[in-house]
Amino acid sequence: MPELSYREAVRDALSTAMRQDDDVFIMGEDIAEMGGSMGVTHGMVEEFGPERVRNTPISEMALAGAAIGAAMQGMRPVAEIMYEDFMTLAAEQVVNQAAKHRYMSGGQLTVPVVFRTQGGAGWSPGAQHAQQLEAWFVHVPGLKVVFASTPEDVRGLLWSSIYDDNPVVFFEHRTLYGIKGSVPEEIEPIPLGKARVHREGEDVTVIATGRLVHEALKAAEEAEGEGVSVEVVDPRTLQPLDEETLVASVRKTNRAVVAHEAVTRMGFGAEVASVLQYQAFDWLDAPIERVGARFTPLPFAPVMEQFVVPHADDVLQAVYRTVNKA
Amino acid sequence: MAKVEEKKGSLRKDELKDVLREMLLIRRFEEKVEERFRAGELPGFLHVTIGQEACAVGVCRALEDGDVIASTHRAHGHTLAKGTHPNELMAELYGKTEGCSHGYGGSMHLYDVQRGNLGANAVVGGGLPQITGAALSFQMRSEPRVAVAFFGDGATNVGTFHEALNLAQLWKVPALFVLEDNKWAESTPESQHSPIRDLSERAKAFGMKAVKVDGQDVEAVYKATRAALDHARSGKGPVFLHLDTERFSGHYIGDPQVYRPKDEAKKLRETRDPITILRERIALSDDELQELDDEVTEIVEASVDFAKSGTDPAPEDALKNVYA
Repeated sequence: MPELSYREAVRDALSTAMRQDDDVFIMGEDIAEMGGSMGVTHGMVEEFGPERVRNTPISEMALAGAAIGAAMQGMRPVAEIMYEDFMTLAAEQVVNQAAKHRYMSGGQLTVPVVFRTQGGAGWSPGAQHAQQLEAWFVHVPGLKVVFASTPEDVRGLLWSSIYDDNPVVFFEHRTLYGIKGSVPEEIEPIPLGKARVHREGEDVTVIATGRLVHEALKAAEEAEGEGVSVEVVDPRTLQPLDEETLVASVRKTNRAVVAHEAVTRMGFGAEVASVLQYQAFDWLDAPIERVGARFTPLPFAPVMEQFVVPHADDVLQAVYRTVNKA
Repeated sequence: MAKVEEKKGSLRKDELKDVLREMLLIRRFEEKVEERFRAGELPGFLHVTIGQEACAVGVCRALEDGDVIASTHRAHGHTLAKGTHPNELMAELYGKTEGCSHGYGGSMHLYDVQRGNLGANAVVGGGLPQITGAALSFQMRSEPRVAVAFFGDGATNVGTFHEALNLAQLWKVPALFVLEDNKWAESTPESQHSPIRDLSERAKAFGMKAVKVDGQDVEAVYKATRAALDHARSGKGPVFLHLDTERFSGHYIGDPQVYRPKDEAKKLRETRDPITILRERIALSDDELQELDDEVTEIVEASVDFAKSGTDPAPEDALKNVYA
């Protein structure tokens, strides 16, 4: 099996779709010659030309809206919103328009558009370039929401998102672009709404997204040395949510930790905890633990930034609390 | 004379009579909507287009099959002019499954995708970027189609307006941006919402071709639209069509219009009514007008009967159509 970086895996999904399908094109700020602020689309303008690798002005509303408009005509545009923070600028078009056209039209329209975006702390960008805002979008009926954590997943999930007939908000994590992983020779679509069990365990389930999947796997290694067996599950698609897999895991381990980089309060993890307590109440041997960022904007100074966002040790301590080892 | 009438881009007398009939249908439809709303039969809240009929009819009549529109909260006129049957529109206002949005949309979210109506938008300026995008898809697929956005003067202060026009002109997509300038943004007069008096200047700032027309003169609107469509369709880029129009009614049905000089609307009805203007131009007799009026009134009455005898959605139908 070939090895790709997370960045290359995103590019491979986009390029493969564009090679086989004229209706797929990408648009966004600085995505052509520059290859995007994260280098994801590097080299694509040379292969596909500026019509299909379309640089836009710094106009998030218009670029999101134009992608929606093209999607309503049956094309399958992928709009890159450079930073998750800028999704707030595109939000009107994503939330009021893309998410609702099908519904408001009584089923006449489909809007097969993907909004790719990225965020994440760990490199001191400050408060406006690294937020994790997935909870904003999982709250909107009509949107699907994906957050991939590995090269294999990001490729297979992006493929499925492009070919889904609904608007998809597709989150990538900035610190994951460089990680490498083996991927199938040919792209294998990963269905939206299907969680992935990264590691099986007996004592505690950690449900983690994005960067925290990797932190959870580190924590699980550590815990194993202490005799605590940790199962790590990545929902991968936040909406629709694979409740069945999450609940089955917790019914097996009887303990749960929910971990994400976004602020804990009102975060995606709150909904997961609610699903678990309702569907696995009689199986739970400990309160569900939650791990996330503290309730502050992201600070600049590295020591403060590291203090605010969660790491493997925060996951580990949460795991230990569930088994009274803390 | 016949030669002039047949000139491309103009309407013949029989066509003008039909145009008059269409404007009259919209007028009577809107009056009926006001009446039924006041009678407590219509849920939600409603914005009628009385006074602005020539904009909807003049533009939509000039469109070809395959051209698409996006409308605004004041959408009944555009919807009828783009070909939706009054029955389907009225049924939507009554929240019936036979409605053009099957009861999911209502007055501010009227859709008729088959007829090229991509939807009315309750977010001021909300539809403009999507019209740029629809036009982009026509350009990329080399289809000879044009996408048309309707909006009011209030929308020219919204970010989407500026972003969408900039992008459309930058990419030279086949779009028409139709400003129905009724000089009111809800209750706020243009003097309080825009520092410039000629809103065409905003389009010109993007390098876009801008044409200003009397929006009460349906023939002028039609001709200007035909020319604008030719421009857009031939790959020369989008056109900004600035229609100077008048809102005879309040912002919404029941608006007491405390912000407006008392006799302003009355005076406008006397001097700027697009129906009267066309009727005088084609010298339609009282009898001929009455005949048209009877015909459209009957259609409107029938639409109310159709709507009232329509099917209520099941409450749980609310769970459908969230996802494809």
